[in-house]
Amino acid sequence: MQIVVTLSHVPDTATKIKISSDRKSIDPAGVSFVINPYDEFAIEEGLRTKEKFGGNVIIVSYGNDGAKESIKKALAMGADKGILIKGDLNVDSLTVAKALATKISELKPDVVFCGKQSVDYDSSAVAQMLAELLNLPSISTVVSLEFSDGKLKAKREVEGGLEIVESTLPAIITAQKGLNEPRYASIKGIMAAKSKPIEEATFDASQNKLSVNELRLPDSKRKSRIFDSEDASISELVRLLREEAKVI
Amino acid sequence: MSNKILVFLEQRNGLIKKQSFEPARKGFSLSKEINCEVTGLLIGDEITNINSLEEHGLTNVVHLKNSKLKNYSSTAYSKLVYDFAKERGYNILLFSHTALGKDLAPIVAAKLDAGYGADCTSLTINNGNLIAERPIFAGKALMNFSLNSEVKVFTLRPNSVSLTDDGYRVQTNVIINEINDEQLDLRSMVIDFEKAEGKLDVAEADIIVSGGRGMKGPENFYLLEELAQLIGGAVGASRAVVDAGWRPHSEQVGQTGKTVSPKLYIACGISGAIQHLAGMSSSKCIVAINKDKDAPIFQVADYGIVGDVLEILPKLKNELKKYLE
Repeated sequence: MQIVVTLSHVPDTATKIKISSDRKSIDPAGVSFVINPYDEFAIEEGLRTKEKFGGNVIIVSYGNDGAKESIKKALAMGADKGILIKGDLNVDSLTVAKALATKISELKPDVVFCGKQSVDYDSSAVAQMLAELLNLPSISTVVSLEFSDGKLKAKREVEGGLEIVESTLPAIITAQKGLNEPRYASIKGIMAAKSKPIEEATFDASQNKLSVNELRLPDSKRKSRIFDSEDASISELVRLLREEAKVI
Repeated sequence: MSNKILVFLEQRNGLIKKQSFEPARKGFSLSKEINCEVTGLLIGDEITNINSLEEHGLTNVVHLKNSKLKNYSSTAYSKLVYDFAKERGYNILLFSHTALGKDLAPIVAAKLDAGYGADCTSLTINNGNLIAERPIFAGKALMNFSLNSEVKVFTLRPNSVSLTDDGYRVQTNVIINEINDEQLDLRSMVIDFEKAEGKLDVAEADIIVSGGRGMKGPENFYLLEELAQLIGGAVGASRAVVDAGWRPHSEQVGQTGKTVSPKLYIACGISGAIQHLAGMSSSKCIVAINKDKDAPIFQVADYGIVGDVLEILPKLKNELKKYLE
């Protein structure tokens, strides 16, 4: 099977976000970057699919040179090859999907695994757009998956339960936490990754349709009123919730 | 080019979802402001609550009907929305950022080669231009943006548009278009649904009662379940307790879980790691209960109680019960 996994190199979720002086981008100074957490589930599912059916796992990422670090980690986990498409990072989801599609269409995948969203811009859009550009069906936010008779059967998380979805192959799957437990790279894997290829390409992102006016930090500080745990405080809290906040 | 707004109306089991009334109202108010047409688009089989749209500003609704469209199919739905929008020249498309909306809208945007703005918390007109705002990094920052494409697709974050304001009452005229089976691309389709045992989902709840490590163990979460049931809320959880296996991932609130903005969020024994705060700090009212008075959760809380959550929860439940009776 030809298995493709997309990868996004994103700020660690423990990072405190600072805004650059141009007010239009995130200040990368002091930020540590990691594999997008949902992409780890996608990589793991790619590796498990290869272990079951044979084939190759190819990692494709749109990013800058920094993303090589995350691609190397994926290669150390067991992927066979990496492709880094370099281009402007401040672009919309469709531009990223188009960049990925140029390379992925050449690879003629049987299945593509993506994270259900990247934890930087949170649009949850690139994978579905990629599916459309490749004219493939997609199933998003998948927590369980089986291949049978050239078809896919997946459980996808929605409000209040799980949808059971059937799809033809090739298809694009986006991974939700719970799909699997991603492995750690072994020492052997890390050594082997050193000789695995990372191909580079570039993409002209000038068709970007997003124009950022301004980034700002939310005003999340509130006028907190803090009480002790006496019975009277708890009744007062309930009164405030009803009469002041009017939420119950 | 003149503007035309299309609002996608999501149904499940023949019921239009409450979340869809928000883009309906937004479409109505934008259409008044820029003086243009707005139409609701409904895809499904029989719909039982179509009259409810009269409360939410939609005068014109088109229902694309086929029994095979009862359940969601990303391939079939996206093609139908695309064909409808393309043929009739809709250039502003609004969806709700639900599980279905965030799956469907990007496919439609790619088909239309449109600009896409996901999970918007604000959509306004400034000098004739649409200006949107959306949280990024799970709410650690906000992006104010415009789309410079001819066709624009937006999803709105649930609970970002009020459903109680007056002025949205209209007469709704529904046109039913029967769709032939040949027009359906069913390469991917929902064939069944597994309901989570009767519980309210955190993504849809108006009230969330969330627990963290301060709950001491999974055996104490019944306290949160009882409280949630009493006030009509859902139970949420911090990443720490999900990773520890105390609660299912579907309940996780935060950067690698769900981003929520209910009207009331009660954080119990949650210290407020940055990933958690990112996912809930846009809630309308936040109550924090924690034994550590310096916990970061208190900084984003409207009301806080310092003390042992396991002792406070039963008392809080009794007080609430008194009020509610």
